[in-house]
Amino acid sequence: MHIKETFPELYNIRRPVKREEIRARLEEKTGKEYWRSLEELADSGQFEDFLHSEFPRQAGEWDDEVGRRTFLKLMGASLALAGLTSCSYQPPETVVPFVRQPAELVPGKPLFFATAMPFPGGAAGLLVRSNEGRPTHAEGNPDHPTSGTPERPAGQRVAATDSFSIASILSLYDPDRSETIKNRGEIRPYTAFLGEIRTRLDEMRGRQGAGLRFLTETVTSPTTAAQLKAILAAFPGAKWHQYEPAGTNSASLGAQLAFGQPVNTVYRFDRADRVLSLDSDFLSCGAANLRHARDFAAKRRVGEGKTDMNRLYVVETTPTNTGAFADHRFSIKPSQMELFARALAAALGAPGVSTDGAQYQNVAHAQHLLAIAKDLQSARGRSLVVAGEHQTPAVHALAHAMNQALGNVGQTVVYTDPIEAQPVDQVSSLRELVGDIEAGRVEMLVIVGGNPVYNAPVDLAFTKERLDKIRTPDGKDGLRIHLSLYDDETSELCHWHIPETHFLESWGDTRAHDGTVSIIQPLIAPLYKGRSVNEFLAAFTDKPEQSGYDIVRDYWRTQRLESLVASQPAVVAQATVPEGAAGGNNTHGGNTHGEGAAGANAAATPSPAPGGSPSPTPSATPNAATTRTAAAPANFDEAWRRVVHDGVIPGTAAAARSVSVSGNWAANLSPAQPASGGGFEIIFRPDPTIYDGRFANNGWLQELPKPLTKLTWDNAAYMSLNTARRMFGLNENDYTFKGREYNAPLVDLRYRGQTVRAPVLIVPGQPDDVVTVTLGYGRTRAGHVGTSTEDKPLGFNAYRLRTSDAMWQGTGLEVVPTGDEYLLAVTQLHFNMEGREIVQSNTLREYVEGGGDASHNVEGGASVATHEGAAEVVGKETHKLPGPNDTLYPNYEYTGYKWGMAVDIASCVGCQACVIACQSENNIPIVGKEQVARSRHMHWLRVDTYFKGLAENPEGAHFMPIPCMHCEVAPCEPVCPVHATVHSAEGTNDMVYNRCVGTRYCSNNCPYKVRRFNFLLYQDFETPSLKMMRNPDVTVRSRGVMEKCTYCIQRISYARIESEKEGRRVRDGEIVTACQSACPTEAIIFGDLNDQNSRVARMQHDRRNYSLLAELNTRPRTTYLSAMRNPNEEIHGA
Amino acid sequence: MASRVDEPHDDLIHVTPNPVIEPGHTAASVTDKISALVLKRKTPLAWYIGFFISFSLANVLMFTIAYLVTTGIGIWGNNWPVGWAFDIINFVWWIGIGHAGTLISAILLLLRQEWRTSINRFAEAMTLFAVACAGLFPLLHTGRPWLAYWMLPYPNTMNIYPQFRSPLMWDVFAVSTYASVSALFWYVGLIPDFATLRDRAKNKAFKVVYGMLALGWRGSARHWHRYETAYLLLAGLATPLVLSVHTIVSFDFAVSQLPGWHATIFPPYFVAGAIYAGFAMVLLLTIPLRKFYGLEDFITLRHLRNSAKIMLATGLIVGYGYMMEAFMAWYSASEYEGFMMKNRIWTGPYWWAYALLIITNIIIPQILWSKRARHNTAILFIVSLVISVGMWLERFVIIVTSLHRDYLPGSWAMYRPTVFDFSMFVGTIGLFFTLLLLFIRFLPAISIFEMRTILPGAAPKEEG
Repeated sequence: MHIKETFPELYNIRRPVKREEIRARLEEKTGKEYWRSLEELADSGQFEDFLHSEFPRQAGEWDDEVGRRTFLKLMGASLALAGLTSCSYQPPETVVPFVRQPAELVPGKPLFFATAMPFPGGAAGLLVRSNEGRPTHAEGNPDHPTSGTPERPAGQRVAATDSFSIASILSLYDPDRSETIKNRGEIRPYTAFLGEIRTRLDEMRGRQGAGLRFLTETVTSPTTAAQLKAILAAFPGAKWHQYEPAGTNSASLGAQLAFGQPVNTVYRFDRADRVLSLDSDFLSCGAANLRHARDFAAKRRVGEGKTDMNRLYVVETTPTNTGAFADHRFSIKPSQMELFARALAAALGAPGVSTDGAQYQNVAHAQHLLAIAKDLQSARGRSLVVAGEHQTPAVHALAHAMNQALGNVGQTVVYTDPIEAQPVDQVSSLRELVGDIEAGRVEMLVIVGGNPVYNAPVDLAFTKERLDKIRTPDGKDGLRIHLSLYDDETSELCHWHIPETHFLESWGDTRAHDGTVSIIQPLIAPLYKGRSVNEFLAAFTDKPEQSGYDIVRDYWRTQRLESLVASQPAVVAQATVPEGAAGGNNTHGGNTHGEGAAGANAAATPSPAPGGSPSPTPSATPNAATTRTAAAPANFDEAWRRVVHDGVIPGTAAAARSVSVSGNWAANLSPAQPASGGGFEIIFRPDPTIYDGRFANNGWLQELPKPLTKLTWDNAAYMSLNTARRMFGLNENDYTFKGREYNAPLVDLRYRGQTVRAPVLIVPGQPDDVVTVTLGYGRTRAGHVGTSTEDKPLGFNAYRLRTSDAMWQGTGLEVVPTGDEYLLAVTQLHFNMEGREIVQSNTLREYVEGGGDASHNVEGGASVATHEGAAEVVGKETHKLPGPNDTLYPNYEYTGYKWGMAVDIASCVGCQACVIACQSENNIPIVGKEQVARSRHMHWLRVDTYFKGLAENPEGAHFMPIPCMHCEVAPCEPVCPVHATVHSAEGTNDMVYNRCVGTRYCSNNCPYKVRRFNFLLYQDFETPSLKMMRNPDVTVRSRGVMEKCTYCIQRISYARIESEKEGRRVRDGEIVTACQSACPTEAIIFGDLNDQNSRVARMQHDRRNYSLLAELNTRPRTTYLSAMRNPNEEIHGA
Repeated sequence: MASRVDEPHDDLIHVTPNPVIEPGHTAASVTDKISALVLKRKTPLAWYIGFFISFSLANVLMFTIAYLVTTGIGIWGNNWPVGWAFDIINFVWWIGIGHAGTLISAILLLLRQEWRTSINRFAEAMTLFAVACAGLFPLLHTGRPWLAYWMLPYPNTMNIYPQFRSPLMWDVFAVSTYASVSALFWYVGLIPDFATLRDRAKNKAFKVVYGMLALGWRGSARHWHRYETAYLLLAGLATPLVLSVHTIVSFDFAVSQLPGWHATIFPPYFVAGAIYAGFAMVLLLTIPLRKFYGLEDFITLRHLRNSAKIMLATGLIVGYGYMMEAFMAWYSASEYEGFMMKNRIWTGPYWWAYALLIITNIIIPQILWSKRARHNTAILFIVSLVISVGMWLERFVIIVTSLHRDYLPGSWAMYRPTVFDFSMFVGTIGLFFTLLLLFIRFLPAISIFEMRTILPGAAPKEEG
């Protein structure tokens, strides 16, 4: 309300003075009269009033009823406003910052807190940045066994993050998250829920809780498991079921099959020289894979004296990142995978496998089978066979048998206790639950997380009719309760919906892929009235209102946390296997080799701060080291403080188990038969970006191009080029390879009585007559972003084709073209390099012999030669490229820093975590499907993918992350008419958003096309919660301006300021760009090129280093290291 | 100087030579006839219809601009990597059209080509309006047009000057200079005619307005002397602009390093293309004008024929340009250039644009070799229309097909115009014709006093 309306009297004081009045007054006067205003002259009553009560007037209003009310109104409003701003988002319990103490909190300086994101198959440890109490960015915790490598010397700590963890920041602030407790659609207080539960539980107590059922996702949290077990103890008739639509169920069934007991398999890629993947996508994005990818890439990396490489064979049924990365990739139909595995197991002499080779003659790729077997056998104990999570239990068991035959157990494969609190066959568990519901044995179903109504297999679907059978024995309505982040499909069919807290706003604990426990600590008080899983489960106990903090602490108090911590005095020394046990696996060259075993010594040496933190301070680094080497904690509180600080509880890694494959495990397996008859085979996979559908409302993940297909905002039925040609008569000019818009043909997928309509996407490398569909789309109640409607479809629901007996693959699919088309938003339409030298690739032999890449070695690049003055490379015969002095103008001189980046294509697995990390760090908006289809996506960093070989069956693909090249002679700079993009004194190419008028000339003239333009107002300036999410150090761009990668200039400035305060130079490794911090394989290295010992300078001096489009003489300071392959010559020649 | 222009070339076969003005006219009749268009003659119904249509289209432009400025240029189809599309195509197209006007009025004046006299006024007006339409695009194609003044060098608190290395900056100077010189040239040329209209107007309002515009012109010898000097000077100023403006516009492309843009042949090739398109537009406008207003006496077949010859000549230069682009793509041995050409001509998704371009710009205009075609107004009109389309396509081919496939295949994408791309373009056509129709209605479309000088009986005033 305008003040004029609130206080009209203030505006009415100056009543217009009439001339007659004044004249009349003047006529009365005699002599000299002074008057201050016409009002006084006219002797108006209002002037009197004004004169006497100019200030006291308001005070006088206390006597006036109406005036007092308006006054109170205003005061009340301002109080309310004051209250709003004073809202505290720091949770009330003590949280411990990773680097600095809360007492040191300096406004404007971020703090980092260790926490972990629970995820099926193992959690990722995180360091989450908090700006003034708001979590804004997630990076990996270097001390965590999944996201970091704690066994390494302190100086070389690196951490990584997966895209799901990074994008969880957006989920936290998602305005569509459920905010209120709902009972049958009505908003209710939590006490009402507790009341109803109490009544019901009391009724059921007499029956031992016979009708009580809990349905959870895979539980790895020790606290949650303890709570559930306590509840089950109190209600012996109750049952706990677990169902995870995309979990690792097959793997545990496979272990059960091979060993007779469930075990967790920990792969040690850092020791494997020969790796065979049977449909395992161990390099793709996903928490547990962070460690796999990093170890694998480290083993693969050559340079700085290391000239050995591992070799990867991939046999896969649908193209994956791992297959793209393989030295030898074999595409195979899903029905033939088990046959292939058996044949190979037979060739390797695996226990329990018939060696009768005759029946395997018809196996696909049989001609290469022996060569693979020979190669694996040549590396006994250093080889590794990995079965994919989604392969059948038999294939898992065969992989175990092969690893045993190859002597890998205990070397590259370590078996441990399961990380699940209670490993069960989840499909049977769900089947049992549904059976109980059908039989009327369930009267209260408590669904803790998950979304079974959406993602249960069709034959076990949670339909309304089925759920209505949940009744009390006396025929009354049963109770269905759902705890979840969103008011989703399942919530709709439940009586009670309780909003769940996000993991960044709740206490908890979770296990990593090797079993190590992390305490989940909140960075912010719950934004809405949510309950954590532990708090929710407390409702079923005697202490229903217990806080999550107390529950988790109390659990660990009972576990004698202090003695756990005391047994492991330093995190650094936590290495379960001493570094160097398997020779030559230190990937960082000779100078630091061997320090790893030094343990505590290494931690005490001055070192760059943890890789994940852009705010390392020297004062913090010794502190951190001190903490790690500190004496055993005296009491629980001290131990608690330490584990919360470090983000891991030492000594909680799952205990190793020694198991062996029983000799006759395969006896009761039905003999594998190739699928008979024609028709299509179908493969289900979790979606690479929105997983099982839980991230459907996360715009970052929706818009993240899916690896290999570059599809966004949709799923599709993947088909091979041959199949598509046969079905639609398409040639490659129509789709993908010639880069038209992707109007995909729509087909009906008919499978086991169900029909789903899906667009077809041609994916190179897909086996013929096999259709892959990804799960997670077609949500009906996901939120504004993820809900698929009639007019705005967002993918199709592949769960509707999935049955419990064939969770991941099946035969008998029918594909019926409909003649309709559907627009897919694909960010890369052209996967062919057109013969250009974009991704340069060598084999190991070429590299070792030294001839392979010399001609591509761009010494003339901005990065190396100008500084050394060794620029004159003209005359070197192999060098056809322009040198830095081929110009009339003097070169820039860099007396201070000279930033540069090197990207090792040989390490990039294309997981796209860097893209999301960049998006989160740099406040990059999402643009929506329609705009992506118009080719206006905003990602500053893209990962271009180029297939190698024929489109029908490519040998693999290369991934090429493309950030801004920060060219020394940047084509964008001279064409900007307003100086909006300029060269900095440290060599970066800076973009001045405020100066940009948006001519887009810079983008047209950029040969790398790394600039992004705000064609419309993409940024959401309205939603309050999203404002909290943004990185305060990065400008939020509005429409009409160009933007691009800045090398995370805010992090550079931060480190520079910190170093200047201490009168030193920025140390190598002190600045970590967002993409670098996320990268699981250390493919992206950033640093100072003026420092010849910096890692980036050393990489740019590598023989494999080259500049992209060097012939244009742009002299980019982001350079690439050529891709490497290590083919088996026995196969290669074939 | 001869009182009558000789007809040396066309008379190899016997046809009636086309004079620049039909016989039988006197100074008085010329003045009467032309000034009557403005002062006496009833505005024809066709004018109202034409004005209604073009003014409606101009309003479409206004709405598009309003939506554009409030929403962002995302309403167009421009994307990444095709950062420029219809906006710059239309800009270059309009600027090119303007060139014929300046060429006719300035260069042909200096070359003493009297036949220019009856069409120069009209052509200059066309130039001015085309530049007005063209000028809209560079302004509105920016992401934040309200800040486009940052491209002007003005003293400011930010202490930043524009970036003089950028061709866009040169564009700002070239186009603004061009617009001011053209406007001045046009206005100065109009002054004696304003005086004529002032003297002949019966309507008081017309008298006052024309009187003010005539700047007190009385036709004294001194006036004439100064007028001639000023006019010649302005012609001298405008002449280099004919060459420089489009040269600089071509630098927008030639200076960049995109295959398909980065070519040294661009300046001459663009200038030729501009004149080509400009003469096509002159014919496109003159042919109906002389018909509807009965000006066949003043704008004779000779004008049309000469224009057609210029089109033929410049069209061949443009064709040579196309050949050289293809040749250089091969001769440079650059794989990017080679790919660009191949993609442009046959393997790419926009091959049809290139095919149409060759048909419209090169093949069809060859009909102008025939004298009969040159004398047939219908054919000339159609050919001019085809060339106008062709020159638009040429810019489409240069801009869009070069951008959509550049160096890294991973960033390739397609361009699709939206309805607002078209409404903006059609809207500027509406604006152009609105201005042109107003011009025809209120100003002498043909220079009265200059026409008097080329009357058969008029004595030469002075020697060069």
